[in-house]
Amino acid sequence: MRHLLSTDGLDPATALAILDTADGLKRTLLGREVRKLPTLRGRTVITMFYENSTRTRVSFEIAGKWMSADVVNVSAGGSSVSKGESLRDTALTLAAAGADCVIVRHPASGAAHRIAGWLAAAGTSVVNAGDGTHEHPTQALLDAATLRDRLGRIDGRRVAIVGDVLHSRVARSNVHLLTSLGAEVVLVAPPTLLPVGVADWPVGAAGSLRVSHELDPELPTLDAVMMLRVQAERMHGGFFPSAREYAIAYGLGEARARMLPKHAVVLHPGPMLRGMEIAAAVADSPRAAITDQVANGVHVRMAVLYHLLAGEEDNS
Amino acid sequence: MPPRDRGAPEPAGQRELLSAGDVARTIARMAHQVIEKTSLGASGASPVVLLGIPTRGAPLAARLAARIAEFSDIGVPVGTLDVTLYRDDLRRKPTRPLGATALPPGGIEDALVILVDDVLFSGRTIRAALDALRDAGRPRAVQLAVLVDRGHRELPIRADYVGKNVPTARAEEVNVLFEETDGRDAVLLRRAGERA
Repeated sequence: MRHLLSTDGLDPATALAILDTADGLKRTLLGREVRKLPTLRGRTVITMFYENSTRTRVSFEIAGKWMSADVVNVSAGGSSVSKGESLRDTALTLAAAGADCVIVRHPASGAAHRIAGWLAAAGTSVVNAGDGTHEHPTQALLDAATLRDRLGRIDGRRVAIVGDVLHSRVARSNVHLLTSLGAEVVLVAPPTLLPVGVADWPVGAAGSLRVSHELDPELPTLDAVMMLRVQAERMHGGFFPSAREYAIAYGLGEARARMLPKHAVVLHPGPMLRGMEIAAAVADSPRAAITDQVANGVHVRMAVLYHLLAGEEDNS
Repeated sequence: MPPRDRGAPEPAGQRELLSAGDVARTIARMAHQVIEKTSLGASGASPVVLLGIPTRGAPLAARLAARIAEFSDIGVPVGTLDVTLYRDDLRRKPTRPLGATALPPGGIEDALVILVDDVLFSGRTIRAALDALRDAGRPRAVQLAVLVDRGHRELPIRADYVGKNVPTARAEEVNVLFEETDGRDAVLLRRAGERA
């Protein structure tokens, strides 16, 4: 694997290999005092964040450091980007400075793909850490890792992704990944928060995709429910009448959580808006796997770096 | 093709070095050697821990422990130690899957750790294992047990217990098969330049 740009087109065998590596890393580090592996010694990883982030950036940085890579963080605010340097020039500069891997978050959909094209000659790997409303593949991988931990397996499981699907790269990446691993995915959202043509999204042969506008009838048959944040920063218009009305129709309150089967898991990619898409009591309940997701995020990102950087050069 | 001297017919280009019976006898002999050399059970002797290196060091360690228990009535803790993340040749091969690391519940602190692997060749796996071990704890001493030593060391490493020394050419391949991983017990030598 040379780049990780999307889960669309990521073959299930590679996805499962990454999940298995993440699992192996987790077990290797479990209970260890010194959480440091020499595997990526001498490799340089640069994170390039053009959007705010806490968990993704921190977990990539920790993942790189636990694997002994040298990790350098560049953020748009404190870099030459604020002087007007183009994305292409910044990317070429970082590659020329010796980056083996560039991890990019950018508000424009497709930014990571463009950078991968520009850096083809440099041999630098590119990881998409979220590009606009397009994809966030490592989030989908860590969600899959968490589901596998909690439910034992992904194929045949029914997972609802609820809320602002329109603006959500997490939803898009999860639809591709979870269906290719054999899950039945249900997208639940008001019509205004669903992208055009969502019903025709390509899905993995092993899984299926369905769209619904109502949450309550779905709840009793779900194995997992993933609540999405309402992305106010990407909304330029009225998508629903009021926050309160949204919370009533699509928020996961305590009464709704009781309609889920006993074993069902609640996921949220974070950051959470408590009281909006998820009630505080649900977010803190034992069925919520939200902190597991963060912990798995580090192991999954270590696994991604391992698959990109530890093997022999792969030019595919 | 060389004449087959014993055992079941092997695929083209492979010669059987040890049959299933030979493998069992060899492991039994190694178990006796471990008991003697570690003064197992003697007062004041360090506790012994066997750590198999995946893939085939793991079943070998389990079998050694079973024989040791049979001959000495002492249960020796067994674990596995994956060394993939510590290898120095990761960038020369396609991405390797990780094996399992499972240290025995008592840990390895101040124990006499015996690393167990199927074949000793360049010594690089064992170097990686020593690094991995350092991150897992501080044993009092470390020894090495291998079923086959085929020579061609690239590092100053030697085994304390050797099932069989096999002089080989560098291009030849020694394959150890175990019931647990391969469906049967045998040690095969594949001649240089021939592919099954």
